Amino acid sequence: MDNIESRVLEAITRLQFLEPGRATPASTFEDLGMTSLDSLSLIADLEEQFQIEIPNDQAMAVSTVRQAVECVRRLVPDGALQA
Amino acid sequence: VKRRVAITGLGAVTPVGGDVPRFWQSLREGRSGIRPISTVDCARLRFKNGAEVEGYDPTSYFSEKDLGLLDRFAQFGLLAAREAVAMAGIEWTPRLRDRTAVVTGSCLGGKITEDKVFAGVYGGEGRRTHPFSIPRAMANAAASQIAMEIGARGPSYTISTACASATHAIGQAYWLLRSGTADLAVTGGSEAPFALGHLKKWEALRVVAPDTCRPFSRDRRGMILGEGGAMLVLEPFEAARARGAVILGEVVGFGMSSDAHHVTQPSAEGAALAISAALEDGGMRPEQIDYVNAHGTGTAVNDPIEAEALRLALGEHARRVPISSTKSMHGHALGAAGAIEAVATVLALRDGVLPPTANFTEADPECDLNVIQNEARAVMAEHALSNSFAFGGLNGVLIFRRGGD
Repeated sequence: MDNIESRVLEAITRLQFLEPGRATPASTFEDLGMTSLDSLSLIADLEEQFQIEIPNDQAMAVSTVRQAVECVRRLVPDGALQA
Repeated sequence: VKRRVAITGLGAVTPVGGDVPRFWQSLREGRSGIRPISTVDCARLRFKNGAEVEGYDPTSYFSEKDLGLLDRFAQFGLLAAREAVAMAGIEWTPRLRDRTAVVTGSCLGGKITEDKVFAGVYGGEGRRTHPFSIPRAMANAAASQIAMEIGARGPSYTISTACASATHAIGQAYWLLRSGTADLAVTGGSEAPFALGHLKKWEALRVVAPDTCRPFSRDRRGMILGEGGAMLVLEPFEAARARGAVILGEVVGFGMSSDAHHVTQPSAEGAALAISAALEDGGMRPEQIDYVNAHGTGTAVNDPIEAEALRLALGEHARRVPISSTKSMHGHALGAAGAIEAVATVLALRDGVLPPTANFTEADPECDLNVIQNEARAVMAEHALSNSFAFGGLNGVLIFRRGGD
């Protein structure tokens, strides 16, 4: 599990008040009981954490943990997370 | 005894015309008022377009002293009320003033006033907060200012149910008149949402389109915020006829419902309940509806849900009845939307011209409706629905009838 993936899972767990380990890389937002509004609050949290701007069309296309991770990975500059 | 309720006055201040004749001319021509936002610096916003009242100069209508107490939203409400009251040609008596209601809708109240106060307080400039800030920004400011200007002393209040505010207000005023609780009503809504702090909240919700508003179109990308105000004068049908007033139309049904489902995701069942309630209130069948002025925000979620709601409430008739969303032209004026759309619907019935959904490019199979695309249709319609479905799942639906016997 890489850094982005673990941080996305941490954000979902924190925002949704989930038991640790409940959210996995294979989870869909539906599995986790997340509505579109919950998804928006995750996206906003990720923008803040990673200092990125996620455009609306990309944000709307995210409905699984994997998609959220990929979305962040596309926007975070290479090497920016190694520090 | 239920009294019939006539509409004898209309007023509108909108992004496609500052008064009723210009507003209606624009809608008939399918002309959109969606443009780059000019009253707010959008450098820090992800969207740039909105529907503002173009070339609006408040000093043409109000004294400097009056403007000290009037947020932009209250100005729009007052101007629309002035036009509607003048059109109705009311013969005031002290008794009538005591029996006149003012019922307005506003989702936001004076957001521009509030934004300025907060910028001063938190901006570190230590700017003094103006003592008029509370009376300017209160959501009922427009209702109070209208009541003071015309001397209306009957039941007056403001309803705040997000995007259904004005529809709920008009429905309440209709019931006040129908039941005999009031003998005249000025009712509608007004809104002025273009304040940076407020726009940032819409940005965060990610429902505002980067381009324009294309309700029911496959490539729609969201809603476009609008500002403005619209008011109707309602009075008992018999009283209006007795004084020889021009009857522009009638309100014949009103229904409300709550989705009790989700704070932003609409429910087709909830919306359908409001449509059915309006039909029941008016003692009408689905087939009697000849035109639907849709809520039609142009968001991915609203439009197919509205189509489904119409199917649930109107059955097969839902696919046949002509429908349009005039928000494609005047934008989504939130707590004023239902009033602006009510004016459009009343005029559509009066003139036999159904306004189009502008900016329409391609049908969406998810919205299987008879959408009036880009050009108005000449149809002598008798009855029309006007839908408003609010965030928070609170719905309001009005039914209007063409003026006549």
